[in-house]
Amino acid sequence: MLEIRNLSVEVAGNLIIKNLNLDVRRGETMILFGPNGSGKTTLIKAIMGFEGYSIKEGEIIFKEKKLNSLSTEERVKLGIGIMHQHPVKIRGVKLHQIAEFLCPDREKIKKFAEQLFLEEHMHRDINIGFSGGEMKRAELFQVILQEPDLLLLDEPESGVDIENIGIMGKILNDYLKNKDKSALIITHTGYIMDYLSADRGCVMFEGRIWCMGNPKEIFESIKKAGYLKCKECYAPQRVK
Amino acid sequence: MRHRELNEILKSEDKDSVTSAGIDLSEKTRSASFLQEDNMVKFYKSKMEGVEILGMEEALRRYPETKEYFGSNFKLLNREYPEDTEGGYYIRVSKNRVVDLPIQACLFLKRAKFSQKVHNIIIVEEGAKVYLITGCASSKSANEGFHLGISEFFIKRGGHLNFTMIHSWKEDVSVRPITIALMEEEATFVSNYICLKPVKDVVMYPTAILKGEKAKAIFNSLILAHPYSFLDIGSRVILKGENTQAEIVSRGVSLGGKIIARGHLKAENKNVKAHLECRGLILSEKGTIHAIPEMESDYRDVDMSHEAAIGKINKDEIEYLCSRGFTKEEAQAIIVRGFMDVEILGLPDLIKREIENLEEKTLKGSF
Repeated sequence: MLEIRNLSVEVAGNLIIKNLNLDVRRGETMILFGPNGSGKTTLIKAIMGFEGYSIKEGEIIFKEKKLNSLSTEERVKLGIGIMHQHPVKIRGVKLHQIAEFLCPDREKIKKFAEQLFLEEHMHRDINIGFSGGEMKRAELFQVILQEPDLLLLDEPESGVDIENIGIMGKILNDYLKNKDKSALIITHTGYIMDYLSADRGCVMFEGRIWCMGNPKEIFESIKKAGYLKCKECYAPQRVK
Repeated sequence: MRHRELNEILKSEDKDSVTSAGIDLSEKTRSASFLQEDNMVKFYKSKMEGVEILGMEEALRRYPETKEYFGSNFKLLNREYPEDTEGGYYIRVSKNRVVDLPIQACLFLKRAKFSQKVHNIIIVEEGAKVYLITGCASSKSANEGFHLGISEFFIKRGGHLNFTMIHSWKEDVSVRPITIALMEEEATFVSNYICLKPVKDVVMYPTAILKGEKAKAIFNSLILAHPYSFLDIGSRVILKGENTQAEIVSRGVSLGGKIIARGHLKAENKNVKAHLECRGLILSEKGTIHAIPEMESDYRDVDMSHEAAIGKINKDEIEYLCSRGFTKEEAQAIIVRGFMDVEILGLPDLIKREIENLEEKTLKGSF
């Protein structure tokens, strides 16, 4: 589904991603771990094709199409969806306008908004005055309405209380049960893994994928020994 | 009147421009209608008791007391006014009459190089409530046209007037509206100005005089300045009565044209409350927006404030919408539409939707 080959990405003159290789297979949920500043969000933004994330080397291939020179909306139309870590606030643009753009079925929008407790937010300016949890719910709401084949989730659970993680986790799990849907998920807390079955995990250090393996095992070892120890470990699955 | 229906008057090629100024040619959603083409009053008809609508000359003939109103607001401010006007509308809404469907008045410029000069009078009697849409438009043939529109409003005790002026000119037409509203106790005046089409220049500084206690004036404007358009749009409120209130909200977007957004709040009594807000978006490197807010008071017990902000669209906002599948152009259009928020106009749903549709149509063709 997604193949990243020898990718190097520069942001404001600094090389953040360095010759990175990564595959996310069709139907697979991949967890991306890594300390702050390791380049996880940069990777996701480069996959989206955001301005300022310039590819210096390598290629990003999605559904056998090279994305490098495609605009963000073209990548979205191919089937990539993102849940932003820090979504912007836009005065005058209402959540329902985006929802209706993403999905023609008003009834479906209404039901899904109820499920995520967003009925009252539909006619408000997007993210203005939303709490952290409300923003994340609104992000999930939009990206699921979009029905992408590859979900890029940048810390979906940060700032969300336990109850809401449950609601969101269930929705994500239901969505990803579909064998054709894949996900690349950045998580620090690991909570989201309690609600969905992740297939593989990988750890990122200094702009590279360091190792790959069972996501729960990786998370347990990070919890136990921290990233410093994790970096020292040359696991058999280490990506060369 | 030669014509029985508004729809019969205009040539088919002119119907679109008039419709784009908010005029309903079927008259179905309007309680009264007026049309003047160049210097000729062509149509006036009221479908509602208590709403009188006439051409100005006819009104002066039929009701001698109209002369007392004519020019009186200018005298109040010691100002001169052009006397070489022809036509204009006269609207009078009788006491306690609540008019749900709006009244519409259309001032249409047809001939090339013609100077249309009108003088309008609106009298809202005690306790009456009315919505008025004035649509000003020009035909494709009206090259280098000129429009001068003098409007004098008289809103009596407890009266409520929502006046929405929609301009739909073309790039070589010059426009000079001059408006003075006089308001008695507890009267409310909402003045909305909408200009989304190209125009050569518009210079206006409508003024509301809040003479009576607890009167309230609100001026809103939504302005789109196309390349080479010059729009010098102000709003002035003189708060003469005690406990009067004023609000001026201006939203201007420059696609390359120049906008001067003026506002002037003058407190001449105590316990007045007034706020002025100006926001501008510049979408082209050639665009200019100049905000000039002014406030003055001779009294201590007043609450007056202003805020102004000018800038471009935040690129993160565009990027966010692109990450949902919008193209850059679509993202820009939806942000500008949100910025030019029709909600601020205080209109009933019917007219609000009409204006939203106009906005959508214009913005679609602008990016």
